[in-house]
Amino acid sequence: MNIHTNWIKDSEPQATVSSHRLTILLGLCLLVYPWIASPFFTFQVGAQALILGTIALSLSFLAGQGGIVSLSQMTVAGISGYAMAILGSAEPTAASLNLGWPWWLAVPAAVAVGTLSATGIGALAVRTEGIYTIMITLAVGVAFYYLAQQNSLLFNGFQGISNVVPPILMNVDWRAPLPFYYLALVVAGAALSAVTYLLRTPFGIALQGTRDNARRMRALGFHVTAHRVAAHALAGFIAAVGGVLWVWYQGRISPGTVGTGAMINVLVVAVLGGLRRPVGAFIGALVFVLLQNFAIDLVSRERFNLVIGGVFLAIVMFSPDGLLGLWQRLRQSWVRASSA
Amino acid sequence: MKLSPVAIGRFQPALWAVLPVLALIAAWMLVDNTRLLALTVLNGLTLAGLYFLVASGFTLVFGLMRVVNLAHGSLFLLGGYVGYSAGLATGSWLVALMAGFVAAALAGVLMQRFLFGRMVGQNMRQTLITIGISIVMADIYLWVWGGDTYQFDAPDWLTGTVALPLVHKYAEFRLVVLALSCVIGLGLWLLLNRTRVGMMIRAGVDDKDMLSSIGVDVERLFVITFAIGAGLAGLAGVVGGTVLSVAPGEDVRYLLASLVVVLVGGMGSITGAAMGALLIGLAETFGQTYAPTYGVVFTFVIMVAVLAFRPNGLMGKSA
Repeated sequence: MNIHTNWIKDSEPQATVSSHRLTILLGLCLLVYPWIASPFFTFQVGAQALILGTIALSLSFLAGQGGIVSLSQMTVAGISGYAMAILGSAEPTAASLNLGWPWWLAVPAAVAVGTLSATGIGALAVRTEGIYTIMITLAVGVAFYYLAQQNSLLFNGFQGISNVVPPILMNVDWRAPLPFYYLALVVAGAALSAVTYLLRTPFGIALQGTRDNARRMRALGFHVTAHRVAAHALAGFIAAVGGVLWVWYQGRISPGTVGTGAMINVLVVAVLGGLRRPVGAFIGALVFVLLQNFAIDLVSRERFNLVIGGVFLAIVMFSPDGLLGLWQRLRQSWVRASSA
Repeated sequence: MKLSPVAIGRFQPALWAVLPVLALIAAWMLVDNTRLLALTVLNGLTLAGLYFLVASGFTLVFGLMRVVNLAHGSLFLLGGYVGYSAGLATGSWLVALMAGFVAAALAGVLMQRFLFGRMVGQNMRQTLITIGISIVMADIYLWVWGGDTYQFDAPDWLTGTVALPLVHKYAEFRLVVLALSCVIGLGLWLLLNRTRVGMMIRAGVDDKDMLSSIGVDVERLFVITFAIGAGLAGLAGVVGGTVLSVAPGEDVRYLLASLVVVLVGGMGSITGAAMGALLIGLAETFGQTYAPTYGVVFTFVIMVAVLAFRPNGLMGKSA
């Protein structure tokens, strides 16, 4: 068992009255935010963090609750994004195979394709445990990256597919910062609530059981493999929805979207925020996006990876439960200091 | 390949279905263009040699310490870059080779001493650390050596071509790579099976706690193993930079190659790494020659097929 993820497992902290109040306050802030912030902060920071957080949430769910650290969540998002681009884009200069489906057909189809491939990856990855899973999912992800880069018929090779935009619906341009922010907020909120709810269902509790002691769960009669594949499928669904939003946010998709850097960034985001609680993914995403946009002021633009890599290293070494864990420890020591 | 009769029995239907197809394809290749086939096989073997050099270090480190070193590709690049600078300064390829080995080995020792040694048994955390290191290292390389592609010049006595049957002429250095990987493979086998350190490493793979309790300094053993494993990656960086090239992004390529090779061959097994390298090197070269667009898919299909039948790889022991 020692190859397992001992350091990320912990029971859910009990929700208290003050944390409920905090949640409502945070929700209000998020609703009001775009009316105060500039379009740049609404779109580039707000919406991007929400979408990246949604994709990272899928990993946070898998890793934090299932003990499965998968690096292929960005690949799943990318597959769904590519499906969206191929099915939904009618731009004649895009891929040689563009079907121009209406959005209400293309979006569910893209999400289904993403979820299905996540299930396939999961079925392959569950044959292994712990660190092996990282290796297999990394190999799968990089293989998909090379495939997308070399295939021109479906993926349009290196250039990828551009002009993939959300539809204009009810006289609202959903690409405009304000509507897009709310779209991302609704999706992120739904995903977060779904994961939080899932953790309290019998399935969620059984999944945490397989994370803590798979052998014991097996002895108790649980089908551990089925639980893990189901977790992959559920996480894949969230990542696939995030992938559709991600391709809409960027307006295009290319192999770079699913490259190794992007795959690892999802892990960085999830670990940065903390894997113990689902909301950590969004905190990590916000910090990541802020660093990405403002690291230029600290160091030169080219050295962003040095900054984010360094921050990631520091978090893994000194606060394995991420920024959330750091915050909790600070608050605890503050409470202790003030009560003493 | 050591397969138990039971395992072969399980493979049989799949084997009977695939073999005639493969034989047919091979026959077509032989008739169609014999020289191309021979050339592809030779190129595949040299690529396999290079992959074995990289992957053997990876699997050695994993076998003993259970550290999945995702910074292994970065060590490869470090060896390549430092070797290039050293070669440029001295004009000697052998110095470059040594410098590549030493630089990567030193980096490996530092990583083991200051990072992994502090979190023994926390494999997931160690793996995450290696990811962080690879991000930081890639950026530092870009800073120091820029985004250019570097290529080494092999020494004069190794360049040129050799006359071979079927392929007529073949680059001498590629044969040297093949020979070098065989020598290193043999050396590793001798080290593991015929020396005291090798005995301790093998004992450590089986039971670290017991080894430590009979008085072996396991920490020192870890440092030695990490130095050898990382050094091999650095050495491969110089060799790879001579056969192919050294450039940003190559770290990921060789990390992927190492991952697939050891997943196919079985984690922690040197023999497995050799077999995996052969399979993957040949598959990649054949893919590039006969189906250029889908070369990487062959590699992937092999990995999936092996994992489907033997989740621990060809030579892997069940955990």
